[in-house]
Amino acid sequence: MNTKDIVFIALFAALTAALGVFPPFTLPIVGVPITAQSMGAMLAGSVLGAKRGSLALALFLVLVAAGLPLLAGGRGGFAVFAGPGGGFLVSWILVAFVVGLLCERFWRNLGFFQALGINILGGILVLYPIGIAWISLTTGLSYFEAAAGSLGFIPGDLIKAAIAATVAVTVRKSYPLIEAPRRA
Amino acid sequence: MIRFSGVSHRFGEREVLKPFSLELAERRIAVIGANGSGKSTFVRLINGLLVPTSGSVFVGGLDTKSDGKEVRGKVGFVFQNPDNQIVYPVVEEDLAFGLKNRKLPKDEIARRVETGLARFGLSHLAKEQTHRLSGGEKQMVAIAGVTILEPEIIIFDEPTTLLDLRNKRRVARTISELDEMAIVVTHDLDLVADFDRALVFDEGGLVFDGKPFDAIRHYEGLMG
Amino acid sequence: MISAYRPGTSPIHRLAAGPKMAVLAIAGTGLFFVTGLAGTALALAVVIALYFVAGLTLRDIWQVLRPLLIFMVLLVLAHAWLNGWEAAFAMGMRLAALVLLAGLVTLTTPSSAIMAAIESGLQPLAKLGVDVEKISLALSLALRFIPLIASVGAEVREAQRARGLDGSLVALAVPLLVRTLKMGEDIADAIDARGFGSTRK
Repeated sequence: MNTKDIVFIALFAALTAALGVFPPFTLPIVGVPITAQSMGAMLAGSVLGAKRGSLALALFLVLVAAGLPLLAGGRGGFAVFAGPGGGFLVSWILVAFVVGLLCERFWRNLGFFQALGINILGGILVLYPIGIAWISLTTGLSYFEAAAGSLGFIPGDLIKAAIAATVAVTVRKSYPLIEAPRRA
Repeated sequence: MIRFSGVSHRFGEREVLKPFSLELAERRIAVIGANGSGKSTFVRLINGLLVPTSGSVFVGGLDTKSDGKEVRGKVGFVFQNPDNQIVYPVVEEDLAFGLKNRKLPKDEIARRVETGLARFGLSHLAKEQTHRLSGGEKQMVAIAGVTILEPEIIIFDEPTTLLDLRNKRRVARTISELDEMAIVVTHDLDLVADFDRALVFDEGGLVFDGKPFDAIRHYEGLMG
Repeated sequence: MISAYRPGTSPIHRLAAGPKMAVLAIAGTGLFFVTGLAGTALALAVVIALYFVAGLTLRDIWQVLRPLLIFMVLLVLAHAWLNGWEAAFAMGMRLAALVLLAGLVTLTTPSSAIMAAIESGLQPLAKLGVDVEKISLALSLALRFIPLIASVGAEVREAQRARGLDGSLVALAVPLLVRTLKMGEDIADAIDARGFGSTRK
């Protein structure tokens, strides 16, 4: 870990916080509000790779736990972790790690569809099982009941995975950090 | 004193500085050149942020290759954009940063921060959030954060490029009043008109070395 | 940076951040074993009493619970339908107690104290090669970068609006990221120049 790694980790923690200030928009039909913030985990993983990406999200969550109102809607503090959404929050670290790991593995041929697949895998298939388990634990709902209640968020996360994939592939062309971290 | 001995530098395949040797001892030295001329690489070699791919750079007898940390203790660096230089969210914390890296005792740090703020007329901003400062104030905080480490040499990398005229003059005055040796990279030819020596870089080569007046004419000739 | 901290001098305020967080972790876990109407009602009452001990008001309690309110109503209704009213209320009260307890720690502890406690909690890991100085630098840097990135974001948004590209998250995020990364290189140089890390080839 050199100074540059620490700076990048801090920058992506801050970036994730900055994504929280975008006004949430509500999906038509499903009626669930979605925020840009969970994209922070996908972006950190696909730009910084597994290690730095997951540390960036861990750093962000430490700041949230310390009580800073950095989550979308100005929320923060331990209560958001104790609440039913806590599992989704903590899973962001794992999302960044898995997305980062796969991006590193497939870096050479990373096009839009590969990146999309990776973000869906990390941002949905990894995220939801843990998030749902925590809902079930905190609310006493069975796992399947909790899952049914969470499905409404999936369309929003598919959109975010697509946006994150587009961004990641574009940034990879102009600023490849995972394979060749050299300044020009 | 700074000595470049047979130094050249490349990034991968690209040669950004052609081989040259040079000694610098004057108190005020200007470094002039177009974007991409190699002047930024040149000054980064002086404080060991970069080490040359061949040859050696010596600062006060220390080799930047083997004594990087000591060299950075002697050579301060003020960057173009103070936003990229200020590390901490509060002014006094930022000034303390470099001192903490030196592992100085707490009361010594507090004392030096106070003097450092006073030296640049920043005492009233001690508790201010750094992101609330104006561009000129930020650059002064950046300069204070470097001088507080008591370097023998301070490098300024285009310190006035992002500032308005009033703040350009404030920074220019601050630089001219420094006791330390100063090496200033700039496009702002007024800033360096009364310096002791000027170097002109072009396409990776040192193409002129002399008095600022002649250097500026040479540079303007190059630019067409 | 504004946090939710409410200054005060109550015993709960005076309790050091580290032990307070430890109590939260233990009590929070303990809550999962509390079931039944009487037990959860008692737990909730104790937590609410602690708010008053800390000199906090019903308003503070309301502000901690408000973001969860719609969810809690839906949850209680779902439970009532699936498992009956008694289970529904017990579950609602347990969740409220858990969230309020966590909120209490945040309301009575300054963010800086929580961060300092986390840093010193990591100190034993220094033996395992975890560099606490670097973690501390990362925390400060992140706080410094949040307003910086927000202002870069505002600049980029303005530039894209001038080109008629506002509303496109991609048109916003790509230049924001590229500028952020470039900034990162320079900031790392500046930190090293002030004597933090060691030289890079």
